[in-house]
Amino acid sequence: MDVLKVENVNFNYGSHKILTNLNFSMENNQVIGLFGDSGSGKSTFCKVLTGFIKEYEGTVTINGEVPQGGFNPIQLIYQHPEKVMNPRWKMRDVLEESWMPDDNLLDEFGIKREWFNRYPSELSGGELQRFSILRALNPNTKFIIADEISTMLDAVTQAQIWDSLLKLARKNNVGVLVVSHDKKLLNRICDSIVYLSDITE
Amino acid sequence: MTKTEENKQGILNINLRTKTLIITGIALLILISVFVSNYFIDHTAVLTSNFYNVNQPPSFEHWFGTDWMGRDMFMRTLLGLGISIGVGAFASIISTIVAILLGVFSSVNTVVDEIVTAVIDLFGSIPHILLIILVSLAFGGGYYGVVMAVGLTHWTPLARILRAEIKKINTSEYIKLSNEFGKSKMWIARKHIFPLIISQIIVGVILMFPHAIMHEASISFLGFGLPAHEPAIGIILSESMKYLSMGYWWLAFYPGLSLLFLVLLFDLIGENVHKLLDPQSAQE
Ligand SMILES: Nc1ncnc2c1ncn2[C@@H]1O[C@H](COP(=O)(O)OP(=O)(O)O)[C@@H](O)[C@H]1O
Ligand SMILES: [Mg+2]
Repeated sequence: MDVLKVENVNFNYGSHKILTNLNFSMENNQVIGLFGDSGSGKSTFCKVLTGFIKEYEGTVTINGEVPQGGFNPIQLIYQHPEKVMNPRWKMRDVLEESWMPDDNLLDEFGIKREWFNRYPSELSGGELQRFSILRALNPNTKFIIADEISTMLDAVTQAQIWDSLLKLARKNNVGVLVVSHDKKLLNRICDSIVYLSDITE
Repeated sequence: MTKTEENKQGILNINLRTKTLIITGIALLILISVFVSNYFIDHTAVLTSNFYNVNQPPSFEHWFGTDWMGRDMFMRTLLGLGISIGVGAFASIISTIVAILLGVFSSVNTVVDEIVTAVIDLFGSIPHILLIILVSLAFGGGYYGVVMAVGLTHWTPLARILRAEIKKINTSEYIKLSNEFGKSKMWIARKHIFPLIISQIIVGVILMFPHAIMHEASISFLGFGLPAHEPAIGIILSESMKYLSMGYWWLAFYPGLSLLFLVLLFDLIGENVHKLLDPQSAQE
């Protein structure tokens, strides 16, 4: 079993305090929802967890060890997939930068092969998000941090995407932290819900 | 959009692309033939005096006329343009190398970046002609001095662009993600950064030519550049100044016009290559 542990994390943008004395832990067989008001620091917390922000106080560990170099077992999925894709890369390269899933998985996530030869600007947000989810679900991933990943999708796509993501995560024993301000969504898909205000001071 | 409209637009796009390619091709052909012609022209024959033919105005036999030593001005101009292209090419190579090195250095850390920016600003703040003359003198003047001076002073705009571009790419989220995928710095530079800056480098190099050529001609004209025995355009122009008052206008007019034409050709190629390599940003 893998345990993700966040201890005494502090982070500010300049003099603007965002996270104070944050403590949190979860296991790799859990799907946990993180709820908080807009602007409360959820996205910042996600970036701290996944190495996008490196200058913070405190520790983020997996089984007591700080992830170091190489592939980060804690992977972030962004609200805006286009921001985490090189605009001049074709989708095949975008996906392959992490790994190449087999045909079954591609079908499961509804990825059409013809999209492989397109650029990110030539796909819709929902289509791009499928790629970024699958990209994050690399076999070496132990935890997925999903930051508002379905906010800009329609209800049908949203349901499909969560379905595929959670199925694969449960199968591979990947822990998922679902960040959202959509309480209904969290209630529907998560084992339990955590409030950001409860885990910070 | 209907199907036919789409098709029409497709054809238009192809046409635009073909047109750009043709323009670039023709411009390149002219440049290459000017440069190559230098190797087929008998330099000594062109540059020895022929006193039966002095100061002839332009004619079918001597397109650009002849000078006070009876030399054919068309041939002299061709040789001069050849030198200009040579100097431009060499200057572009040196300047590009310097610009790339500085651009890459600047991404190492913030201290290095500030040093690089300071160096770029320093070079950018000295009047360019003065800088060229100083560097040329520092290298002992002459042909070598000029070529080094023109080469070592034209990297500032490209270095500035590359630095800004690399910085922008480096702070983007997809580079951060690439780090989290465990990709090495080298891998990121090769796969992410290089392909994004290569078009800027190519266009930057081409657009450096006209600057280098004009600056070489200017300082040769001012007497700080190439030695007087070289058939450079700057030398031709400065010599012909003495004869302008006697009404031998063609001595300066055609060589000057040719130089201008050469410079415009490079601008044209640069612009079109930009459109070809980078259709999106060229439209913006
Ligand atoms: N790059 C940044 N620089 C400065 N302040 C920021 C930056 N990113 C976010 N913030 C601020 O940090 C606070 C928390 O933002 P965020 O983590 O995005 O909140 P949430 O995701 O919960 O809506 C906000 O007040 C926001 O304005
Ligand atoms: Mg957010």
